[in-house]
Amino acid sequence: MSDNKKWFSLDLGLNNKKESSGSCGCGKSEGSCNSSPKEEELSADEFYEAAINASIGEERHRDGFEQVFDVKMDRRSAFKKLTASLLIGAGAVTTSCSVTTGSDTKEKAQIGWEEQFKGNYKLMTDEEKQGTINRLMRSYELRTDKKINMTAENAAEDVLFGYAFNISKCQGYMNCVSACVEENNQDRNSEMQYIRIHEMKDGEGFKFDKADDNYYHEVPAEGHFYMGTQCFHCDNPPCVEVCPVQATWKEEDGLVVIDYDWCVGCRYCMAACPYDGRRFNWSKPEVPENEVNKNQHYLGNRMRKKGVMEKCTFCVQRTRKGKNPACVEACPTGARIFGNLLDPNSTIRWVLENKKVFRLKEDLGTEPKFWYFMD
Amino acid sequence: MGAFKVFRSLVVDSLDTITKGSKKYHLWMGFLILVMLIGMYCYSIQLEEGLSATGMSDRVSWGLYISNFTFLVGVAAAAVMLVMPTYVLKDIDFKQAVLIGEGLAVAALIMCLAFVVADMGGPSVLWHMIPGIGVFNFPNSMLTWDVIVLNGYLFINISIPFYILFKHYQNKEAKKSVYVPGAIISVFWAVGIHLVTAFLYQGLQARPFWNNALLGPRFLASAFAAGPALIILVLAVIRSFTAFKIEDKTIKKIAMIVTVAAQINLIMLVSELFKEFYAPTHHSESAYYLFFGLHGKNALLPWIWTAIPLNVLATVILTFNKFRNNLKVLYFCCFMLFVAIWIEKGFGLIVPGFIPGPYGKIVEYLPTGVEIGVTIGIWAMGAFIFTILAKTAIGIELGELRYKDKKA
Repeated sequence: MSDNKKWFSLDLGLNNKKESSGSCGCGKSEGSCNSSPKEEELSADEFYEAAINASIGEERHRDGFEQVFDVKMDRRSAFKKLTASLLIGAGAVTTSCSVTTGSDTKEKAQIGWEEQFKGNYKLMTDEEKQGTINRLMRSYELRTDKKINMTAENAAEDVLFGYAFNISKCQGYMNCVSACVEENNQDRNSEMQYIRIHEMKDGEGFKFDKADDNYYHEVPAEGHFYMGTQCFHCDNPPCVEVCPVQATWKEEDGLVVIDYDWCVGCRYCMAACPYDGRRFNWSKPEVPENEVNKNQHYLGNRMRKKGVMEKCTFCVQRTRKGKNPACVEACPTGARIFGNLLDPNSTIRWVLENKKVFRLKEDLGTEPKFWYFMD
Repeated sequence: MGAFKVFRSLVVDSLDTITKGSKKYHLWMGFLILVMLIGMYCYSIQLEEGLSATGMSDRVSWGLYISNFTFLVGVAAAAVMLVMPTYVLKDIDFKQAVLIGEGLAVAALIMCLAFVVADMGGPSVLWHMIPGIGVFNFPNSMLTWDVIVLNGYLFINISIPFYILFKHYQNKEAKKSVYVPGAIISVFWAVGIHLVTAFLYQGLQARPFWNNALLGPRFLASAFAAGPALIILVLAVIRSFTAFKIEDKTIKKIAMIVTVAAQINLIMLVSELFKEFYAPTHHSESAYYLFFGLHGKNALLPWIWTAIPLNVLATVILTFNKFRNNLKVLYFCCFMLFVAIWIEKGFGLIVPGFIPGPYGKIVEYLPTGVEIGVTIGIWAMGAFIFTILAKTAIGIELGELRYKDKKA
């Protein structure tokens, strides 16, 4: 099955035991080969191991520290112990100093501690995920007296998201850009935008260096055509490899996501991305209270803080509920097509099978799940 | 228990040494503390406002901090150029210089770590990187390799001189069987730290300016020129301000190392320039930006055109024995070389990697006052640490600092 892997890798004969977990009709491998162990013919011990794998995921195997130093206690329990002891300390401090403070303040402090010392979302069990989103929702309520709705929905099975962009249709209206900013609660001060629309001259082809991605005139401008870029959710994402703390990773449904609370802000992923797909919060992001989108996902549009990375998530809060991303919905020309690559009846599959599609910088071996085509 | 008592006495004695000195010494230390305080104030502004207080942006996301980090890794690695002749090739000349070199490595490494922390968006969650309680993405991320090699090298460079000085402090000979294996490891380790740091950039297919097989070797060559050049300058200062005896022979030997490394560095520069400009491709745009400017954007031109002539001039002068053996000329050349390589391996390497951006966008980078303040503060911290280390080491080596057993 290893030839199913679409990006270039040297075959050293070492990958024979790897099995691909799911591949779609168009020949794509999900790339998450060792994440779903077969559980049928397992002994009790093996079943236990598989159960741990299922809950913690492939990271247990991938984590170099465990492999190299062979630590008996696994990180999860070590981390829990550490957190527990810190919490006891924090609890003691808060209760002992709490004669004059209200219960809200105490609760805020408690949530603050637990959030500061929680683990990496990628390695959390479903209960822990629920725990952290409950805390985040409660914390928002304590701060603003308003409720938000945050989910921690996991990837659905047999789903691999892909995107296609029709260059002939795009007129450069940028409705996608503003819809994205509103949907994803991006910082209004720095005018952060995940999507860039490049205005190019007819007859010159793709000359990105001569394109204008920051125009303020009436569109479509005479003699120009438009194309959009954003995070391409590569199947072989270089940004994920370089992150020193695994704060960014590829989900089962192909979305490349970030745990904003785990990111240390080194910006190595930003240097590694060939598509300008990542953004950094150089200062504290601000969204006016009445403009906050309150339907949030932990990995998606929840409020960020200063000093962390963020990026397009294909609107994980919408797409995992079966909706289209905000940019697709907002596009007045129908240039944007989104769907499940594993569903043979989806529009995206129709486009891939019937149009002459191409991707940007294919020579880098990143395998974007974002295709361009023309009518 | 005995060793602990000696250690306590050593700490007390060295505290005594470093707080006493001539007026010039006090002025120097006071100046460094002042600069460090200014740096800390600038850093507090950066913590408060976020990294928007710096000149970095989404388009150029690494700047002065990472440039200095890259350069200083080279300085730290250069200590090996003194360790190898002394401990491995048994060339006695270098013995006095080696303690200074290793002290310099320690100071440079601490500065490296400080620059990395200053560059972080979330210094309060840096524990996420500690293996065991955090998640350490080893071996996938080159940054984790860098964390390992830098801290390992720091450990080696603290422990070897400490062992030697600790023995000398008690009027004992340091055992060769203890420190020579450490010294040999450190030789390989030094090459490792600089190569791994080069791989940090070299491994990014997104940045053609860095994604270049010569980057690692060129890092080594420039480091072995700039590092020993700095050591020569430091030795010259120490020689004129203390009773510590450093022979001309030692300095001339180090000068030989600087010269050869600088020559190799220049050959590699020619090779790089040839590749970028003989048959320029889309990937040569960064080099064009660096050397000639692109579309009227030319912020780096004054820098690189200062660095290249200094580099060439210093290398040519050093090549002639007559000039190199004249200490005044030598010091001047070392200074030129140091400045040239600081520009070239710092600013000239990191910033053009981001320009033009992935889609050809050119946004220039200029550090802000806050950023420069933090940078100078960290350099002052390095100088401060080095002065303390050197003063203690010199005190012990000169026999001024000795353990006095009160019972005896």
